[in-house]
Amino acid sequence: MLQVTNLYKVFNKGTVNERMALENVSLSLGVGDFVTVIGGNGAGKSTLLNCVAGVYPPDSGSINLDSIDVTRMQEYKRAKYLGRVFQDPMRGTCGDMNIEENLALAKRRGQHRGLSWGVTSKERIEYRHLLKSLDLGLEDRLTSKVGLLSGGQRQALTLLMATLKNPKLLLLDEHTAALDPRTAKKVLDISDYIIREEGLTTMMVTHNMRDAIRYGNRLIMMSGGSIAVDVSGDEKRKLTVEDLLRLFEKAKGKEEDIPDRMILG
Amino acid sequence: MQEIIIGAISLGLLWAVMTIGVYITYSVLGMADMTAEGSITLGAAVAAKMISSGRSPIYGLLLAITCGMAAGLCNGILHTKFKIPSLLSGILTMTALFSINLRVMGRANISLLRMPTIFTPVSDMFNLDKGSSVIVVGVLVCAGIIALLYWFFGTEIGSAIRATGNNADMVRAQGINTDTTIILGMMLSNGLIAMSGAMIGQSQNYADLQMGTGAIVIGLASLFIGEVLFGKRSYFIRLTSMVFGAIIYRIIIASVLRLGMPADDLKLFTAITVIMALSLPNIKKFAQGKRRSLSGGQ
Ligand SMILES: Nc1ncnc2c1ncn2[C@@H]1O[C@H](COP(=O)(O)OP(=O)(O)OP(=O)(O)O)[C@@H](O)[C@H]1O
Ligand SMILES: [Mg+2]
Repeated sequence: MLQVTNLYKVFNKGTVNERMALENVSLSLGVGDFVTVIGGNGAGKSTLLNCVAGVYPPDSGSINLDSIDVTRMQEYKRAKYLGRVFQDPMRGTCGDMNIEENLALAKRRGQHRGLSWGVTSKERIEYRHLLKSLDLGLEDRLTSKVGLLSGGQRQALTLLMATLKNPKLLLLDEHTAALDPRTAKKVLDISDYIIREEGLTTMMVTHNMRDAIRYGNRLIMMSGGSIAVDVSGDEKRKLTVEDLLRLFEKAKGKEEDIPDRMILG
Repeated sequence: MQEIIIGAISLGLLWAVMTIGVYITYSVLGMADMTAEGSITLGAAVAAKMISSGRSPIYGLLLAITCGMAAGLCNGILHTKFKIPSLLSGILTMTALFSINLRVMGRANISLLRMPTIFTPVSDMFNLDKGSSVIVVGVLVCAGIIALLYWFFGTEIGSAIRATGNNADMVRAQGINTDTTIILGMMLSNGLIAMSGAMIGQSQNYADLQMGTGAIVIGLASLFIGEVLFGKRSYFIRLTSMVFGAIIYRIIIASVLRLGMPADDLKLFTAITVIMALSLPNIKKFAQGKRRSLSGGQ
């Protein structure tokens, strides 16, 4: 489904702040793969997801989605293949617009937008149904402004929006990091449920090693802009936090440290 | 006094169209578009030129709207494709329009005295004086624009434009080209502003190269007055509040002039109004912070 080949990304090239964020990253995901991505601060996890999403172009290498070469495709164009949820709950939704308007924007991802109604009454019924499955009490608040929702509610809504159109690839970048532990758990479980239910190919960045182990069928660890560890199948299932810490010690660069929040939780 | 109020209402109704245009860029898209100063004059110039060369006023009005939209298109391209910050791109477009407006008119002003305007058919049909027919046309035009925009912002494209001003990252993630939505918003805004200019010119019987100077600040002042009076409620109410804001702004101006403020100080007065509206929330926050830190220190 996703084919990343020899990807390089350097920020601030030719200045004192030059920073190699991705160094020869190659990665291949099959249909329905659910990969968790861990790594220290600045390891390049977000950069990898951003390159796949087209936020900025890579310096070299290629990205293929379902055998479509998207390496140079503009962000808004490849958005039709992708669902994304960001760390910041404010980033995934329009706070000044209401729940149904946000869902309706997502419902038309990759479609032509014209002068028909932005939200139809048929959709409203569908949205109410979908929101009910989240069990957050949002089904009766279709016309509430999203800005009034809690962070967890916003993330759950963003998740729903990201998966509404069955994306070829779902990109989750620490989408529960800004939430309190209980809400984070709830949003993670909703994510896991939707991903399994729809069989979505997914990359999920997390700082929590336990979550990285608990969810998904494959785990990669990034360090200094490359993939240092890649485990899947049985090996992944048997993985423990201690194993991961050992692997991390072995893989990490000189200046990298294990962030506390990576072990805790 | 009654005469002043009627004059203020008729002028306010025409400026309301401009205020709604400013609302689209300032409140919906979230940018201060200086193009407004050029496109309001452009509208007046194009309509006056057409009328004075014998074309029908309606034709002049439609052409003015088209030219305003073209100005918005240019500014939108400068901002989105050439990545010029919106404030600067607006200043550039406005400056360029100054020369274009002079070329359109051929001189610094065109008189429309004793020529047909869009208001003439109404005053002929109902046997009204000019001021009243401006009010009739103004009310109809404002109602039409509010209805049209209320519909438009409820459509798929309209929702996308609203969302762009709110969270462009999210909009791109939904597969929408935000360059296009920004350009569309700017075209819509400047089309309305040029339309307003065309009507203002015809109501005062002349088009003048300088009439746009300070227009954006007048638009913002009217917008803030509307917001203060009606609050930030539904789209329908917000659009309507722009009309009342523009009218009340004119009534305030007429009143302070009557109270003896020299006309030369008008722009200073309007600027101060806008400064107060923009800084009031901060002053309030500052005052509250001060109070808190004072009580905290005890
Ligand atoms: N837009 C940017 N401009 C310049 N440098 C950047 C940019 N984005 C990322 N970087 C740099 O690239 C490196 C990789 O950053 P990235 O955000 O991918 O790390 P990460 O693995 O997501 O870290 P974190 O766990 O803190 O989110 C870092 O050194 C970062 O400073
Ligand atoms: Mg990151």
